[in-house]
Amino acid sequence: MSQPDFSHDGIRTARGTAFRYLFMLCALLSILTTVAIILTLLLDAIDFFAQIPLVDFLTGTRWSPTNEPIAFGVLPLISGTLVITIGSAMVALPIGLLTAIYLSEYASDRQRAYLKPALEVLAGVPTVVYGYFALVYVTPAIDTILPVDLSTFNALSASIMVGIMIIPMVSSISEDAMSAVPDSLRQASYGLGATKFTVSTSVVVPAALSGIFSSFILALSRAIGETMIVAIAAGQTPRMIDLTDPAGMFLDSIQPMTSAMVQIGTGDIVGQGPAYKSLFAVGLTLFVITFVMNLISELVASRYREVYR
Amino acid sequence: MTNEQMTSSETEPTDDQPAPTPGTDGLTDTADSGGETTTDRTLLEARDLNVYYGEEQALSDVDIEIPEKQVTAVIGPSGCGKSTFLRCINRMNDLVDSARVEGELRFDGKNVYDDDVDPVALRRKIGMVFQSPNPFPKSIRDNVAYGLKVQGKDDGDVDAKVRTALERAALLEEVEDQLDASGLDLSGGQQQRLCIARAIAPDPDVILMDEPASALDPVATSKIEDLIEDLAEEYTVVIVTHNMQQAARISDKTAVFLTGGELVEFDDTDKIFENPEHERVEDYITGKFG
Repeated sequence: MSQPDFSHDGIRTARGTAFRYLFMLCALLSILTTVAIILTLLLDAIDFFAQIPLVDFLTGTRWSPTNEPIAFGVLPLISGTLVITIGSAMVALPIGLLTAIYLSEYASDRQRAYLKPALEVLAGVPTVVYGYFALVYVTPAIDTILPVDLSTFNALSASIMVGIMIIPMVSSISEDAMSAVPDSLRQASYGLGATKFTVSTSVVVPAALSGIFSSFILALSRAIGETMIVAIAAGQTPRMIDLTDPAGMFLDSIQPMTSAMVQIGTGDIVGQGPAYKSLFAVGLTLFVITFVMNLISELVASRYREVYR
Repeated sequence: MTNEQMTSSETEPTDDQPAPTPGTDGLTDTADSGGETTTDRTLLEARDLNVYYGEEQALSDVDIEIPEKQVTAVIGPSGCGKSTFLRCINRMNDLVDSARVEGELRFDGKNVYDDDVDPVALRRKIGMVFQSPNPFPKSIRDNVAYGLKVQGKDDGDVDAKVRTALERAALLEEVEDQLDASGLDLSGGQQQRLCIARAIAPDPDVILMDEPASALDPVATSKIEDLIEDLAEEYTVVIVTHNMQQAARISDKTAVFLTGGELVEFDDTDKIFENPEHERVEDYITGKFG
């Protein structure tokens, strides 16, 4: 009796190995790119800090990279970013969360089938379109409706549009988290005579809290990094913003970190001076902020995930 | 109308009935003046009850009269509609988009499928215990108090109500010192008793149990079974089980559903298990099919 032949097939093995390395190469490519970007940011930022002390950068309250007197205080830019973040959060967090509750708990399968793709379209609109929409429609509309003195470029319409842009992110990640809440918990609550509202607020939302929280953080770091809308609609006025004065915050032109970077990058700055290098210092600051926020989001998600199995 | 015959046999016991009405307490049966047990008053009544999931029929012309303060077991093979029947009683089927109910289900004479019935109000009269323990990710105390809060019965001494419910669910002794611990930290059997405590805390009239012991080990199961017999002193208990021995041990009445969502026989438990009218029921009980 001859034994069955289970021996290696050279071609099959070689092909398997080739695919393995091809896939690995692709995976490595994105990691390498990330590492390269971070390195570039770091090296140029270090160059910048060799000329401008880190303390001056982090604590300075005036940003004027090209006009005399030159100053590289990042705080005005951070406060600009903060205004956009707060404004867009006030739009996106409640609307996104309530949308998620509606999708997960109230909508019928049919309604969900229409609503979810519609929201994804919202996420797919190019941000430059949002930017011009803010500038050309939202600002004049607010100016007409509200009895306020609104600048052409202002933080209000920019942050409203950024907020609308990140609604799908909040609602979709939150809805995923809510859908993952075991149905048995809903049944228990309904069985005790709870209304849909009570089931949603006392069972589903608490159980999905970690996912909801990470959707908030991810959406906010998206808002922090958003560039096009603010570059177009928020203006280019780096100024220290008093966060206790809503009118001062929203009605006038501001400049967040991202649009300051656009201005430097697209301006006619030449050479390797601090004005040019400040682009990387601001970029690094931005990167650190969003990186920390994403880290927090991961941490929260993994910390609370196992509790609600 | 075979179902009519079946139901009449329980309202007018036939002379060759093997035992007097099986009560939760054998002593009061002969005296029959105990008052609290085995009144045989019908609390739940189905008339021509049909349920469909989309095109598929899950219950077919079910007629049944479930007596107050007794344990009624609902048995049958998988897919026979026994859980569907249970979920008709407190309208949990409303939560299934494709479910459609026809016919009547009367609770104390009122058809719960009438247009003016709010299922939320109905469910406050009916506690439910599910197949796998499903405590909320909250403390033991908050789990039991949940129904009280939802139903606005959390005035007065909530803590006392919580303890009473835990006591009735035979869990108080084990958890007395850890009421603030998470309900999820308990063992499976304890979790299920916690769910029973949660169901009885708002003091419903009926307790529905959907295979409450199927996820539990034998020791935990026997605790739950003892508890169910006690509960029938105060509540009307309807329990779905796939475990025939369990039905025989704990129930006063047994309803046998067979394939197609048909209620084939409903009678005193002893009668069903010792001398069923229908051959199909006997075949099922003796394990020849199902």
